[in-house]
Amino acid sequence: MTTSIHVSAGQVAATLALVALAAAVSFWQKADLERDIGIAALRSFIQLTAIGYVIKLIFEADTIWLVFVLLTVMVVFGALTARSRAKKVPDAFWPLLIALATAGATTLGLVVALGVFEPTARYLVPVGGMVIGNAMTASAVALNRLGDEMADSRNKIEATLALGATAQEAAAPFVRRALRSGMITLVDSTKTTGLIFFPGTMVGMLLAGANPTDAVRLQLILLYALLGSVAIAGLVATTLAYRNFFTPAQQLREPQ
Amino acid sequence: MGPIGQDGLVLFELSEVSLIRGERRVLDSVSAGIPAGATAIVGPSGAGKSTLLRLLNRLADPDGGTISYRDRPLDSYDPLALRREVSLVPQLPALLEGTVESNLEFAAGLAGKQPDAARCLRLAGLDPGFAGRDVAKLSVGEQQRAMLARALVQEPAVLLLDEPTSALDHAARDAIEATLAELRRELEISVVLVSHDPDQARRLSDWVVRLEDGRAIESGPLAEVLA
Repeated sequence: MTTSIHVSAGQVAATLALVALAAAVSFWQKADLERDIGIAALRSFIQLTAIGYVIKLIFEADTIWLVFVLLTVMVVFGALTARSRAKKVPDAFWPLLIALATAGATTLGLVVALGVFEPTARYLVPVGGMVIGNAMTASAVALNRLGDEMADSRNKIEATLALGATAQEAAAPFVRRALRSGMITLVDSTKTTGLIFFPGTMVGMLLAGANPTDAVRLQLILLYALLGSVAIAGLVATTLAYRNFFTPAQQLREPQ
Repeated sequence: MGPIGQDGLVLFELSEVSLIRGERRVLDSVSAGIPAGATAIVGPSGAGKSTLLRLLNRLADPDGGTISYRDRPLDSYDPLALRREVSLVPQLPALLEGTVESNLEFAAGLAGKQPDAARCLRLAGLDPGFAGRDVAKLSVGEQQRAMLARALVQEPAVLLLDEPTSALDHAARDAIEATLAELRRELEISVVLVSHDPDQARRLSDWVVRLEDGRAIESGPLAEVLA
């Protein structure tokens, strides 16, 4: 499965033509996204270049501790990013941090324990990045939905609490819907994968000259691992976050 | 005269109760007694009536002062057990998705009771045939009655009713009022009713607490307060 291709800086620069096209469309249609497109292109260049060097360093050092540090940084930044999309959830950072850490640790732990990947930087860094990134998106969507549901359903939740239901019982229908909305995107895209779109890993491997069978198998491993990780992240994030809407006396807190 | 009901029992005793939301003092040193029987909390909108009602089954706790229920501090009760004994029916119907029956079963299960759906529906003024109906397809009046039936399956000792007829037309209001009067006759149950309508308080209660701007300005027997 060892393949290698060389991509020149000139080739990368040439594709900026498509970024210019995107900006032109935005300008022409007054979508007011030119500035954001510029920032996105610049940030992706800087961030990916920097992480490229970091990964190179970690691969060369080949110690598990550096992998651990990198994945921890990803989890923390992922939780911070997801928190900004879950503004209606009080103190969303901790549930998100624990959700991403649990999803990352469980998923990577399982694929290593099952003998799918060796516990080396070469596998753990890219797979960990994908797992944590997808877990971040899923838990951000789930908590965003949870915040909306809890805000819109205050009457219903309080009416259920008024019967002597626990916070968990009163919030259960909304937690369920939030979890579902966090997971549904990946479930749907997994259903259509190969028909409507080619996932990135497979495309990358094919471009790098790998055998299509290998590319497909690796892609399947990753898709299945991601399904597990978004389920864990969504479950942990919603299970911990809904509690922040209630007091210890099972009362609904006033909105902030 | 102290808040002594027909059977001589004081249910709730509020002493210097305050509740602050943001900058606003929603309840300001409210002291009042609520006897067993039927009590109406009256006053203009924004007076703090619904807030006061929510304190009685600990859907919220006061920021100052004390409330006792049957001579014990309210906060010494387990909030879940208290809410099954002192049941609140909110102003707007808020049933869980599903049928009327599934709502009644949920509430009965919480209180560890076997639901007698037909009896509770009849007490709430609904035909027992409503049990299988989807709550989303009920009128507001029917939903309000289903909410009442859902509270009744828990066999509470006290019913807290927050403006139970505010969303209804005159005919539906009269029907609910008749149902409540019937309930009081049939069950050993006390009722604390929030109403902005003094006439409704006259029809349904025998003790009145009058709130204005978060303060209890008067409380006593119906004949004295709403003469």
